[in-house]
Amino acid sequence: MVDFGGWNMPVQYTSILDEHNAVRRGVGLFDVSHMGEVEIRGPEAAKLVDYVSTNNAAKLKIGQAHYSALLYDHGGFVDDILVHKVSENEFFLCVNAGNQDKDFEHIRQHNRFDAEVEFASDRYAQLAIQGPNALATLQKLTDTQLSEIKYYWFVDGTVSCTTARIARTGYTGEDGFEIYVPPADAPRIWNEVIGAGQEFGIKACGLGARNTLRLEAKMALYGHELTASTNPFEADLAWIVKMDKGEFVGRRALELALAKEITRKLAGFEMTERGIGRDGYEVWADGKPAGWVTSGGPSPTLNKNIGLCYLPAALAKPGVKVQILIRNAPVGAITIPTPFYKRAKT
Amino acid sequence: MSYPANFKYTKEHEWLDVDGDLGRIGITDHAQHELGDIVFVDLPKPGSKVTKGHSFGSVESVKAVSDIYAPVSGDVIEANGLLSKNPEKVNEDPHGDGWLIKVKISALAEIDGLMAAADYDKYVGAE
Repeated sequence: MVDFGGWNMPVQYTSILDEHNAVRRGVGLFDVSHMGEVEIRGPEAAKLVDYVSTNNAAKLKIGQAHYSALLYDHGGFVDDILVHKVSENEFFLCVNAGNQDKDFEHIRQHNRFDAEVEFASDRYAQLAIQGPNALATLQKLTDTQLSEIKYYWFVDGTVSCTTARIARTGYTGEDGFEIYVPPADAPRIWNEVIGAGQEFGIKACGLGARNTLRLEAKMALYGHELTASTNPFEADLAWIVKMDKGEFVGRRALELALAKEITRKLAGFEMTERGIGRDGYEVWADGKPAGWVTSGGPSPTLNKNIGLCYLPAALAKPGVKVQILIRNAPVGAITIPTPFYKRAKT
Repeated sequence: MSYPANFKYTKEHEWLDVDGDLGRIGITDHAQHELGDIVFVDLPKPGSKVTKGHSFGSVESVKAVSDIYAPVSGDVIEANGLLSKNPEKVNEDPHGDGWLIKVKISALAEIDGLMAAADYDKYVGAE
């Protein structure tokens, strides 16, 4: 067990490798109740969401979700978030556990609209059911036709006779669902999902597998790829920034950043020599320091050692030979295309 | 898993199996369990020296890298070649096939400061 933003969470239940493989080949269950929730309601809820986040919330349909970011005025990340449009007047934000208080304050501070911002984390537990057999597992516990929920859409229904928000989202690179349920019912639903997944070899998965899975899929982690001093263009997240949607917090700084050249960018690498480049290690190119590893480790699916790093923009393209400084010794690596892993389309 | 009675143990969770002036070194079952799935082991080459209390290599699991410290000083005579292809042996058989290095011990008196199996068992129980 480790302390994770004040939550006591297991790094692994049995083995990170076994849990990781269960998600890639069958199904895994994560307790991600530590994630925070913020609800925004009112006639101008959409305007507030659009003002504090980078993606275009006005374009969301009811029942649709998207990935987005909250930025500071200077263009750095406050957090990366999921925005769900519940109704014309209501949005549901899923935010990082360690950032939830800061996020809530940030949104409230910028609320100059006819909208109400509620810190709702205490009302939701969240379970993630992920893997090729996630749908078949969860379908046993709900009347909602899960196959009709498209990727990044959600439905308010029931799971195990309990009100649940069922979203086809995830942080693993596999198909799957994230369900938001009342905390009091979460332990029972957890057990029922484990029961429903038995025939697929379901495994309870901890933070360790969550990290290896999201890294293979090149999904960013706040505090690693995303920080207050990185902007979305550097983090290869230009696709969640809609510069043409109108004013939003951080827009001015991003305009200035675009007017100059982006000096550093996120790149994927794999080790070509023996060694594992881990978070925080220096990256060298042409005999001098060039950047740092934001996340790195073994990839159980690809059976090689991979990572993400910041590099000068000119070097942040596949095929560049670099060295990772591992315990003061340079070890060979090469930049490669990302995501490292992409599931086959079904 | 019980700790072999004939081994000596360190607070950093290495074991030492002494045979005359030769010693075999590994990490304990407790250590492998704490680390989780081991994917990489970095060991010194035969002919290099290790110094008691100093790091001589590392064991990496999926989640973390951990230094390994020498229980005694000496000259490395063999590193376990099995581990370069099968690092998971350290998880599967930490006190046997998962050994790390063999050394020629240079100061046998250093062994006296190490823990006996029963003491180590108590030590990890209390940790």
